[in-house]
Amino acid sequence: MIERDVVCPFCGCLCDDLELETEGGKIVKVQNGCSLAESTFMNDTRLPAPIRRTETGWEDISYNEAIKETAEILRDADRPLLYGWSSTHGEAQSIGVHIAELIGAVIDNTSTVCHGPSILAIQEVGHPGCTLGQVKNRADVIIYWGANPVEAHPRHMSRYTTYATGFFVPEARRERTVIVVDTRRTDTANIADEFVQIERGGDYAVFSALRAIVRGNASVIPRKVAGVSKEQLIRIAEICKKAKFGAIFFGLGLTMSRGKYKNIRNAIELTDELNRHTKFVISPLRGHGNVYGSNEVFTWMTGYPFAVDFARGIAFYNPGETTAVDILRRGECDAALIVASDPGANFPRAAAAHLAKIPTVVIDPHVNATTALSRIHIPCTAAGIDAAGTAYRMDGVPIRLKKVIDRGYPDDAEILKKIYDLLNGGMGP
Amino acid sequence: MTELWVKNACVIDPIRGINGDIMDIAIRDGRIVESVSDRAEVIDAERCLTLPGGIDSHTHVSGTKVNFGRYMSPEDMRAGRTKRKGKMHVTSGYYVPTTFGNSYRYSAMGYTTLLEGAMAPLEARHTHEEFTATPHQDMMANTLFDGNWAVMDAVREKDIRKTAAVVAWTLKAARGYGIKLTNPGGTEAWGWGEDLTGIHDTVPHFAVTPAEIITTMIRANELLKLPHSVHLHCNNLGKPGNYQTTLETFELVPDLNDARQTLYATHVQFHAYGGGTWKNICSKAEEITRLVNSKPQIVMDMGQIMFGRTMTMTADGPMEFNLHCLHNNKWSNHDVELETGSGIIPVTYSKKSTVNCIMWAIGLELALLTKNPWQCLLETDNPNGAPFVKYPEVIGLLMSKRYRDEECAALHAGTEQKTSLYALEREMDWHDIAVMTRAGQAKALGIVSQGKGHLGVGAEADIAIYPIRTDSVDPAREYRKVVEGFQKTRYTIKRGRVVSRDGEIIVDGANATFWVDAKVPEDIRMENDPEFIKRFEQFYTVRMSNYPVQDVYLPRGRCIETEAFT
Repeated sequence: MIERDVVCPFCGCLCDDLELETEGGKIVKVQNGCSLAESTFMNDTRLPAPIRRTETGWEDISYNEAIKETAEILRDADRPLLYGWSSTHGEAQSIGVHIAELIGAVIDNTSTVCHGPSILAIQEVGHPGCTLGQVKNRADVIIYWGANPVEAHPRHMSRYTTYATGFFVPEARRERTVIVVDTRRTDTANIADEFVQIERGGDYAVFSALRAIVRGNASVIPRKVAGVSKEQLIRIAEICKKAKFGAIFFGLGLTMSRGKYKNIRNAIELTDELNRHTKFVISPLRGHGNVYGSNEVFTWMTGYPFAVDFARGIAFYNPGETTAVDILRRGECDAALIVASDPGANFPRAAAAHLAKIPTVVIDPHVNATTALSRIHIPCTAAGIDAAGTAYRMDGVPIRLKKVIDRGYPDDAEILKKIYDLLNGGMGP
Repeated sequence: MTELWVKNACVIDPIRGINGDIMDIAIRDGRIVESVSDRAEVIDAERCLTLPGGIDSHTHVSGTKVNFGRYMSPEDMRAGRTKRKGKMHVTSGYYVPTTFGNSYRYSAMGYTTLLEGAMAPLEARHTHEEFTATPHQDMMANTLFDGNWAVMDAVREKDIRKTAAVVAWTLKAARGYGIKLTNPGGTEAWGWGEDLTGIHDTVPHFAVTPAEIITTMIRANELLKLPHSVHLHCNNLGKPGNYQTTLETFELVPDLNDARQTLYATHVQFHAYGGGTWKNICSKAEEITRLVNSKPQIVMDMGQIMFGRTMTMTADGPMEFNLHCLHNNKWSNHDVELETGSGIIPVTYSKKSTVNCIMWAIGLELALLTKNPWQCLLETDNPNGAPFVKYPEVIGLLMSKRYRDEECAALHAGTEQKTSLYALEREMDWHDIAVMTRAGQAKALGIVSQGKGHLGVGAEADIAIYPIRTDSVDPAREYRKVVEGFQKTRYTIKRGRVVSRDGEIIVDGANATFWVDAKVPEDIRMENDPEFIKRFEQFYTVRMSNYPVQDVYLPRGRCIETEAFT
């Protein structure tokens, strides 16, 4: 059977034009997708049943037992942490927030280790952005800064930017100038019209230089800024000012390098400045398929996109204090529920090590590095493969993930709802 | 079967011509009935003011830009926060509260139905998700068409039927309620960082003008028999001298509908400025209302501003950027492919600013100078002019000259010469307020037949009982009692259940979402139009099959079907 217009749940591009061939409840072929999509759908090896750590290894337990024990762990905790959420649908995220509210937990999502700094910058200066179709249909200048979409978002350039045929840019690549800014020559840099190689940690200075040039103060710029020649900076600023529609996309090379959220703030302020000359937009390249959805759901329910602490009864937010990494690193939390993510692989060592010290429960379709640190792992559906639900694309467009096959696993929203009910004495949220 | 009997209610129900009669109201299974059995639960209203549930016909509470307003404003989230309590979830935020915050606070004020002012169809799913989390009000969504490419193409071809067919397809796909035009044509121009300066400017690349978009959409709206009229945010919002654009626009509007207006002009305060610069800006409320008083086919809402900090958010992207260049605070922008734009910036309206004082005065002038209260509804364009929790103060100001005088005394000295407010003696009565906060909205939105905005037999039992005794309060003198009384109902009843008591929510909500399915003839349906499909697949970034909002997003959807073109 062929399923058309399937949404790939893997990255923030949420490409919705895949064709999947299924046979006897199995996906046998993926078309239109990138290699990441293919592996998402084809290499979907699940944990068969809930497992619990024993003295010597692991034992299988029933879902009821696993859910009951998880509820007990959370109930007994003084400072529980609910973390992850970015690879599942909004329906599960929403129940997660209700649980956090009910038990006074900290709830955080993977923004904490990816675009958290972008959010902090946006909270200072705002975000001039747009949906990806605006870029596809209009943009004649595309900038990738501290990002390598060829590897991390393989179809971003073909579906939305560089190679996409747009209404006002029918010749696509031939009508576009592509600028790549990075500290090293990546595969993305190889296809750029202008590659700007910055010394490590020099992004902030380069943004400041570009802002000065755009404002007409090129005379104050030294011969080189963070390894970039003044001539190239002036050329880049001119390309931007002359653009009919320019778009900057940035990645973790900017958020997680020296300067962190200040880099993003400077990038946004450059975009703001360019809007006084032409049309310019800027957007983070979000990683996990529904990380932006977790920001959206958290925000309409609690007021904050990540790092929400309910310990005082109200929703409290102070990144650096209420972020998962910091809570773990300080050894503060005494139980953790990890849903749809893998902090064991992504967190700093000290933070991950604390997960192994406390009762940690994982709800995730797949065995991952966090499993090794956990006490219980409860397998579930994978949103977009065997569960339907809402995901938000990196530009905020909400898309319904489809259920393509049935593998007999319970939905993580269902598991979370049962945990909620146990914690709430049988009452729903 | 659940029954409720509200006795000794002092009812003002303008749609049924009831003005302050002491009556009993019988409710069974969510609707108003002739009588109930003696097993019914009894509420003694003790002769308190009892009105149909409040209806907001233009508010921004759900969806992409509202949520972005929250996302970018932790400072506001801290400004209003409450703990989980009983049935109430945690809330955050003052001028852009979380969904539960919006829902609880509206409910405490007796509001039971809200129209979200602006929903981009591409992001409709988001709006509906937030509607579900706004549980105590029935919801509906104005759907943005101001920069819709297929609409502009049909308008250029002067094809009203095709325009209507695009609207019908899009409304159904977005599960939207009515047509919203925000700075028509201007939001498309903003895709290039440009704006339009008047209704006869040409939209770049599309060869249509705002005037053509507005007039064609008005005719398409009536062809589709939509319950609501075209809902227009005029061009040139917030610019000194823009009243001429507003008047020119109003002059375009024919009278095409016997049951309601033909044009709903929203937040007209922002569109009633004289002068040519911020230095010589003045009120043109008299000119605007003179025209509206002679044109029953136009209904407007005030767009009142109130002093203090708030957030402006609108699909009018270019306007927000202009405002950003004045304020130099943070600025967000979010253009939506083939459809519309949007922008957000925080603002503070200050009594020390002459411009802000004039704006404040204009909103009140519009209401006081419009003879027929059914033609000027009470709103703040929440949160643009002020958060909705300020409505009781607006009511107080409209009912009391003394209150206005006291406020005016604190205003910037230059205000008096620039407006007519100081000379206006009119004091609105309880009936006027009932019209301007629910009955007028129900009529304007076309939901009287859905049982909204009145308390007749068969109506939905949405009722607000305020702790106000109209026989013993003189609103002209005791305006503080009026303001307090409208801040917190004694009871808010939603579909026959008491949901809020003395400001506290006591049950879980179960709202409905109204949307419109206008059935157009098979041969011009967009889903059968190869050219429409081709352009859609080429230029949108989602597949056409993934675009329509699935029914699962409207757990209690209420579809209003119309037989278009008949």
